[in-house]
Amino acid sequence: MSGYSGTILRVNLSTSEIKKEELDSKLALKYVGGRGLGTYFIAKEVDPKADALSGANKLIFATGPLTGSKAPTGGRYMVVTKSPLSGTIASSNSGGFFGAELKKAGYDLIIFEGKSEKPCYLSIKDDQVELRDASACWGKKVSQATDLLTEASGDPKSRVAVIGPAGEKLSLIASIMNEKYRAAGRSGVGAVMGSKNLKAVVVRGTGSVESADEEKTKTVIKDILAKIKENPVTSTGLPTYGTAVLVNVINETGIYPTKNFQEAYTPSADQVSGETLAEKYLVKKTACFRCPIACGRRCQIDGVEGEGPEYETLWAYSADCGVYDLPSVIKANNLCNEYGLDTISAGATIACAMELVEKGHIKDDELDGTPLEFGSSEAIIEWTRKMGEGEGLGAKMAQGSYRFAESYGAAELSMSVKKLELPAYDPRGVQGYGLNCATTNRGGCHVRGYLISPEILSLPEGIDRNSIEGKSAWVKAFQDLTGVIDSLGMCLFTSFAIGADEYTSIFNAIVGQDWTTEKLMQAGDRIWNIERQFNLAAGIDPDQDKLPKRILEEAIPEGPSKGQASKLGEILGQYYADRGWTEAGIPTPEKLAELELA
Amino acid sequence: MLLEIRLFATFRHRRFKTKQMELPVGFLLGNLLKKLDISIKNVGILLVNGKHSDKETRLIDGDVVAIFPVVGGG
Ligand code: SF4
Repeated sequence: MSGYSGTILRVNLSTSEIKKEELDSKLALKYVGGRGLGTYFIAKEVDPKADALSGANKLIFATGPLTGSKAPTGGRYMVVTKSPLSGTIASSNSGGFFGAELKKAGYDLIIFEGKSEKPCYLSIKDDQVELRDASACWGKKVSQATDLLTEASGDPKSRVAVIGPAGEKLSLIASIMNEKYRAAGRSGVGAVMGSKNLKAVVVRGTGSVESADEEKTKTVIKDILAKIKENPVTSTGLPTYGTAVLVNVINETGIYPTKNFQEAYTPSADQVSGETLAEKYLVKKTACFRCPIACGRRCQIDGVEGEGPEYETLWAYSADCGVYDLPSVIKANNLCNEYGLDTISAGATIACAMELVEKGHIKDDELDGTPLEFGSSEAIIEWTRKMGEGEGLGAKMAQGSYRFAESYGAAELSMSVKKLELPAYDPRGVQGYGLNCATTNRGGCHVRGYLISPEILSLPEGIDRNSIEGKSAWVKAFQDLTGVIDSLGMCLFTSFAIGADEYTSIFNAIVGQDWTTEKLMQAGDRIWNIERQFNLAAGIDPDQDKLPKRILEEAIPEGPSKGQASKLGEILGQYYADRGWTEAGIPTPEKLAELELA
Repeated sequence: MLLEIRLFATFRHRRFKTKQMELPVGFLLGNLLKKLDISIKNVGILLVNGKHSDKETRLIDGDVVAIFPVVGGG
């Protein structure tokens, strides 16, 4: 079957055994690939109650059928595992070139199981696969480790996905970084890799991903490229300013969380906006594999080049921490990339710690003389470093805001859902987005159903952000479609320009199917439900479909959205009904049978 | 009446970031766009005091108008 390579690489790190298994094509189609297929294997092979940092958990690098293909932005891969941060299913997406390289080497998935005794890495050169000693790069930061491993591979075209010191030290907010700057950032996937003593995966692939119907593929791609070019977001907005263009939009609508969500507007946003970033620090824009959009930002500060910061990072380190000094934010972002820390969770955890200081929970003598109050530029840099190094109180913060705040008896000050830190929008002023955050299977996350698009950006059409009318259907549709995009191996940003019909067309052309759009969307529904089933079995009950106490109980105090409050309680029941779940939020046997999950 | 106009992203080119403008009470937002030489088809988000608005919105004294081209991110 085209699109898929047809081979799964299974690597047992306890025994060093490496096996190549055939991918069952029926199974591949049922779960599409990437996030869906990875979740299937985790659900099948990992006890949902297993300790996520034990050898019983598995770590999957999953490509989709369009990864490495001619599809625009077809370079994405997913890291799927049980999250040590949230205890939920985790799937963390990344771009760059690593995913495409893995696919071109001939693998749909790598499944890592067990635990290596000593630091090791996996080296892949097409069909030559071996585990190697990683002692020379263990302890090294991301860029140095990447350089060492590329050199050791003897091929400058090798692509490297690596953990930094944070992942090695089992920080629960550790990321996996590929090509130095691209992150599978969320849910602590880097800690799972660290727990397995697996420093990196180095891959070089010289094959190609064929289409079932080359002519049809050409026509469909032409259409998609034209739509990307016509669409102002993908043709101008993202390439000119990157994701950071959102800083001013979200702030002007009064849903820009400030000082750990205590406020939702700041008069200083423009100092740390995408416009200012482009004006002062942008060196060039960058693009992932086969991406015509190029939203990546290469920025320079004090002679050091790095990539980013993205919108979410800018927010987490600026408004959320009350810091409006762009150079410091860029430095903190670079540190996260070097230590391998999720920038959203890291910035949001510092913001939470700042509120803990403000409210008197953290005493001065715990701080080793490092400031930790809102507004301190020194704090965001130095505490990021301490988290990365696992130094002093930084080691405790590196476990994420929930555990950190809980250790002071103030878990409610962690602005997280299912222990995953919320991103850069105040759910009180955007009801559909709030519902998505409360119900997302990996916790507080925006990219599983980006309702900000219709509710704030008026894309593909504007809907009233304060109304709950029809919102649960919107949320379900966005969540299901995102599940498919994440499983195909394309970038979510293409969805500003194209819709479910185009994803169906490109899937059909490359894989050689004749699916309807409904069938594709049903696959998204299936993926959502298998994730939900895993979470329920892991003990993540539906009562976790909620938002932080502050968001549920207090209205936005000031700014353009003053007085707006969460209406989650009024729509959650409708959402469960729209999903075909019981009133208690459990998928019904009929629903599971309909999705062939029973 | 006195208004505050805020422009963002590409709309700032050859215009301004923020400006106070004196206009007759009840001035139409659509006419303000014309005055600024911004074509409605390039506008993604129109906010008056943080609320989504359109070209038919009539402005009142003290309004803060924010105008964005079509943008996205996430
Ligand atoms: S839009 Fe941005 S994140 Fe997506 S593939 Fe292109 S460069 Fe990468």
